[in-house]
Amino acid sequence: MKVRISDDAVALACGADAVATAFEKAGADVERVSSWGMHWLEPLVEIDGVGYGPVRASDVQAILDGSASALCIGKIAEHPFIARQQRLTFARAGKTRPTNLDDYYATGGWQGLAKAREIGPAATIDAVTASGLRGRGGAGFPAGIKWKTVAGATAPQKYIVCNADEGDSGTFADRMVMEGDPFILIEGMAIAGHAVGATKGYVYIRSEYPHAIAKMEAAARACAHLIAPFEVEIRVGAGAYVCGEETSLLNSLEGKRGEVRAKPPLPALEGLFGKPTVVNNVLTLATVPWVMANGADAYAAYGMGRSRGTMPIQIAGNVKHGGLFETAFGITLGELVNEIGGGTASGRPVRAVQVGGPLGAYHPPSQFDTPFDYEAFTAVDGLIGHGGLVVFDDSVDMAKQARFAMEFCAAESCGKCTPCRLGSTRGVETLDRVLSGDNVDANIALIEDLCDTMKFGSLCALGGFTPYPVMSALTHFRDDFVVRSKA
Amino acid sequence: MSLADILARHKGREGPLLPILHDVQEAFGHVSEDVIRAIAEDLNLTRAEVHGVVSFYHDFKSAPDARPVIKLCRAEACQARGVDALAAALPANAAVKIETVYCLGLCSVGPAAMVGTDVYARLDGDTLKALVNAA
Repeated sequence: MKVRISDDAVALACGADAVATAFEKAGADVERVSSWGMHWLEPLVEIDGVGYGPVRASDVQAILDGSASALCIGKIAEHPFIARQQRLTFARAGKTRPTNLDDYYATGGWQGLAKAREIGPAATIDAVTASGLRGRGGAGFPAGIKWKTVAGATAPQKYIVCNADEGDSGTFADRMVMEGDPFILIEGMAIAGHAVGATKGYVYIRSEYPHAIAKMEAAARACAHLIAPFEVEIRVGAGAYVCGEETSLLNSLEGKRGEVRAKPPLPALEGLFGKPTVVNNVLTLATVPWVMANGADAYAAYGMGRSRGTMPIQIAGNVKHGGLFETAFGITLGELVNEIGGGTASGRPVRAVQVGGPLGAYHPPSQFDTPFDYEAFTAVDGLIGHGGLVVFDDSVDMAKQARFAMEFCAAESCGKCTPCRLGSTRGVETLDRVLSGDNVDANIALIEDLCDTMKFGSLCALGGFTPYPVMSALTHFRDDFVVRSKA
Repeated sequence: MSLADILARHKGREGPLLPILHDVQEAFGHVSEDVIRAIAEDLNLTRAEVHGVVSFYHDFKSAPDARPVIKLCRAEACQARGVDALAAALPANAAVKIETVYCLGLCSVGPAAMVGTDVYARLDGDTLKALVNAA
């Protein structure tokens, strides 16, 4: 009997190793695969397509006896959470052994790279452009246009840099790609290298992701001969959130302080070591093989408006059914939180959802009709960022969350520009005055002014976007701030 | 591994400073002034440049600390799942270092922590206490 259990970090953190050991002791043939992304069910056990979860080691005998019906979720592929998705980037999730080349081949691996080599660099860039694929790191810049700029630059060396410094709270899709399907990312980088004329690629992974680092290193070694002459090297960050900003990441790769660079020059023209560089997020690069193998039109057929294709949305925080939900753009925030996420884990009403990480806005249920789309979120003074949702119930203190946003910015600011470095600390102090009921109206006016300065005066998104959580908390949850003046 | 071994290991790499510092931190538990001087000399950088890099990143420590470290995520998703109350209720234990990290990517199953490369999720008062006592 073959028993499939994930070795993704979420599964491990929920006790998957103990469950796997118990099955092995009982004589089962255990295969460690990627995660389906139904995190509330981890450790999820799959036997002949049927799922059981969340499983403890003490449940193993009952599963083998056929008496674990309470844990049985039926056919995993038919589970509503999976059946409702449109998985392109995550097509292999739950189905393959992450660093097994045979599994990767057998599920269509390397077809995108073969196609790119067959049609050549210019046609590859045209396909990526036509697919409408935009940078999934948060900025949403069209990938094909970036690639074209790098391709058009003349230099003795060019680079592909994969931004795997996934520091946003509420996001884990990059981690899941690297731990669950590492070859797809390497294939995407090799396609990018072929398209723009780069022979060297770096994956910059945050040090908080040791499992992703190990899988990526193993995968890069295993497929070196398949991507040659392109080379991929794994580099490890050192605990600085700001290194997720592309120019700061480049400085870090060069061995410098992770300080942000002013743009221009664009990294596409003067990037790593001053050479033309494609810097793309994990999800962007990991989507390219699908686009190449299935065609730009097939990808662009998904989505709405200028947001083409699918987005791997990460449902997290105080939510009943948290996990990875990949779907075409256009699904509403309310569907994601209530229908798919099942509301809060605590059972209390949803009060706010932070979308797009620590620099994203807090949205009240009155905005739940907002479709998941870059422009639609911009229109409600928010952003989709890297696609993470963090759900909060009605026990949340939104003034405290606003203060945390400033505190986080102060802790993680690289120090290069004044609005971010000083503004964040002044923001914490001013919010503390509000929280203690000191001159509330005047201090809130100061915060609004400060947010304006940070938004328009900061060099990068850290200082520039910290106003999103602060201002959205102030706008939609004003009571949490003003009640204090009476207390 | 000695410092000389570490430096030799990264000879000829592009941008070797962070990989070197990771190895130093791993081997010696911190990055000392003497080591900074030696790295600077080897890479033909100024001592100030290397010091600037060491002090910029949270992962590199300037002084040794023999205590076991529990990295506890204190970011928004774990806040939404109650990590602040957990941390506040944790009894003081001078033998263990509780380090704040912002996000381990386990945001759907928090509160989450990491000890070495072992990860833990769905922590409550008892399991977190057990983690501290076992560290």
